[in-house]
Amino acid sequence: MAKKNPKPNTEARREESLDGTIVFRLPFPKKLDAAALQALKELTPIVKRQPYHVEYIHSYGQDSPWFAALTNKVLLGNRDPESGYTYATPRGADMYTGNETDWVQLPSEGVIHAFTVCHFGSEEFLPETPFVLALLEIEGANTLFLTRVVGLDPSQASLDWIGMKVQARYLRNAKLKPTDVYFVPLNAQAE
Amino acid sequence: MRAVYAVSGGVSKFAKARPDKTFQAIVKEAYDYAIADLGLDFKQFTELVDGSVASYFSDHFQRQLMSGIMAQDYLGLCPKPGHRVEGGGATGGLCFQEAWKSVASGHMDICVAYGFETMSHVETWKGNEFIALASDVSFDYPVGGFYSGYYAMMVTRHMKEFGTTVEQMAHVSVKNHMNAFYNPYSQKHKRLTIQDVRNAPMVAWPLTRLDICVMSDGAAATILCSEDGLAKLEKASGKRLPRVKVTGIGRGTDAMRMADRPHDTYDKFMRTYALPSEAESKETQAYYKKLWSKGFRYPGVHSFRAGRMASKQAYAHAGIADPLHEIDFVELHDAYTSSEIQTYEDMGLCRYGEGGPFAESGKAFTPGVQYGLKLKAKPICAVNPSGGLIACGHPVGATGLMQAVFAIWQLQGTIKKHFQDDTLQIKHAKRGAIHSHAGTGTYVSVSILEREQ
Repeated sequence: MAKKNPKPNTEARREESLDGTIVFRLPFPKKLDAAALQALKELTPIVKRQPYHVEYIHSYGQDSPWFAALTNKVLLGNRDPESGYTYATPRGADMYTGNETDWVQLPSEGVIHAFTVCHFGSEEFLPETPFVLALLEIEGANTLFLTRVVGLDPSQASLDWIGMKVQARYLRNAKLKPTDVYFVPLNAQAE
Repeated sequence: MRAVYAVSGGVSKFAKARPDKTFQAIVKEAYDYAIADLGLDFKQFTELVDGSVASYFSDHFQRQLMSGIMAQDYLGLCPKPGHRVEGGGATGGLCFQEAWKSVASGHMDICVAYGFETMSHVETWKGNEFIALASDVSFDYPVGGFYSGYYAMMVTRHMKEFGTTVEQMAHVSVKNHMNAFYNPYSQKHKRLTIQDVRNAPMVAWPLTRLDICVMSDGAAATILCSEDGLAKLEKASGKRLPRVKVTGIGRGTDAMRMADRPHDTYDKFMRTYALPSEAESKETQAYYKKLWSKGFRYPGVHSFRAGRMASKQAYAHAGIADPLHEIDFVELHDAYTSSEIQTYEDMGLCRYGEGGPFAESGKAFTPGVQYGLKLKAKPICAVNPSGGLIACGHPVGATGLMQAVFAIWQLQGTIKKHFQDDTLQIKHAKRGAIHSHAGTGTYVSVSILEREQ
């Protein structure tokens, strides 16, 4: 049996909060005549700045062993079982055969193929500028590897850096980022 | 497939920030201009147009999903068909081609391609972070995600392979900024010297601030139509519209992680990537054989394989054998001076390895503009007569369509009408190319436009 509607509350108010910026009355015409309504088109725009932050869940999926390897000071790559084509950055399927790739250990040395010194950067990396970003050739891999190179003077950037031998170093406090490995110029005596 | 005409266009002047209007209202500026230029009013055009394609790159900058439909309803285009296209920096070029497809296929007689980006919602360095999310967030972004850095790495390899110099790159900056002097739609009107470019603050070695385009707010729109669509527009406006036909389209792609791009052999290059003019020339074969004997591999990180594939397809479609001499001007994606040089090569305006000397030769400069440089060769094919991205700005989703609009005006011979100055009008321009390019060469589109006699 349908209940009779209770009497609506005509005094209802939405609960207001006192957090964040609170604005009471922005400048506005006291009298809204036709001229005042027309003049609203000439107002400067209202621009507000607000925070925008999320916690984000990111899975490394089939590439996960590569990050586990870095925490053990090992550089892994992926290899096509048929052609032997080897990727220095993880890739679960070969681009040319479509095969699922296998894991292989890569050497911890490389050669600078291309580089830059970032004097500016994305906000996240601004505090780290200037830094050297490089693409490395890794022995036994057919593709390049993007990394940071430290131990070079950023103010002395030179094309001569291309071809330089470098060796991997690993963060002791791994962050599960590709920067858990980075490279430094290879010690000529150790070579 | 049916013939497709590009009949009109409009651009909202690109600016660092446009807080005065929301993105839909900025799109409407470009859209209204394109309609007015046809000699039609809003209602007349709304009645005739069959649908649209929307172009915008970043949901991050917008912080608004489905912005496309909000532009669509603001323009009064509902309930007509429409969809959004996204392909990084190439979004605008891809959008233009999607509109072409809609008309060529017979699906629509009149289609409007509109694009926009509003990048001023965040500070520049946060904006760089957003843009860098267009790189592999597992392996590239965290290492130092910064697009200027990515392009700088590519150019250090170009310099190493071919001896390209920073001064040659600076020639591109001087050229494009000087061209922009006569384009009221540009943001940066600057008379620069090579030294000015080199003395500007270093951003990512060897690229300085004057080697790099700026993030912007802006919109652009173009109207494409079939023969039947053209007849409808002419009947409604009561005037004959200039015939600019889209005679070729091409696209290519490459791996997001540039580290993963191949380093192919001479034989593979000749078989798959060489333009017919290169593959047939004994002299060019010998030139490339020599490059490979010195260790050159293709495309590596110094060349954009996607740009070559897009060019090759578009040239085949339009019947172009000798691009340098058969195209009167090119509006290409010069987000960086270095990428303009790399693109000369991809588009076959010169051979791979010759981009640097080509940049300083004068062949890509605009006739009649004084650059204050000693140039060895006369202009042959003006590249970025508008000033390009470097001087106009790069509101991503609008950029490729802005190039289309400038190309339409060049081929209509209406630069004076739209720029209030005819310095940049390429005399007797018959054929132009537009080139749109996404993140480190992942998506590239090339479209060919021609004036019909």
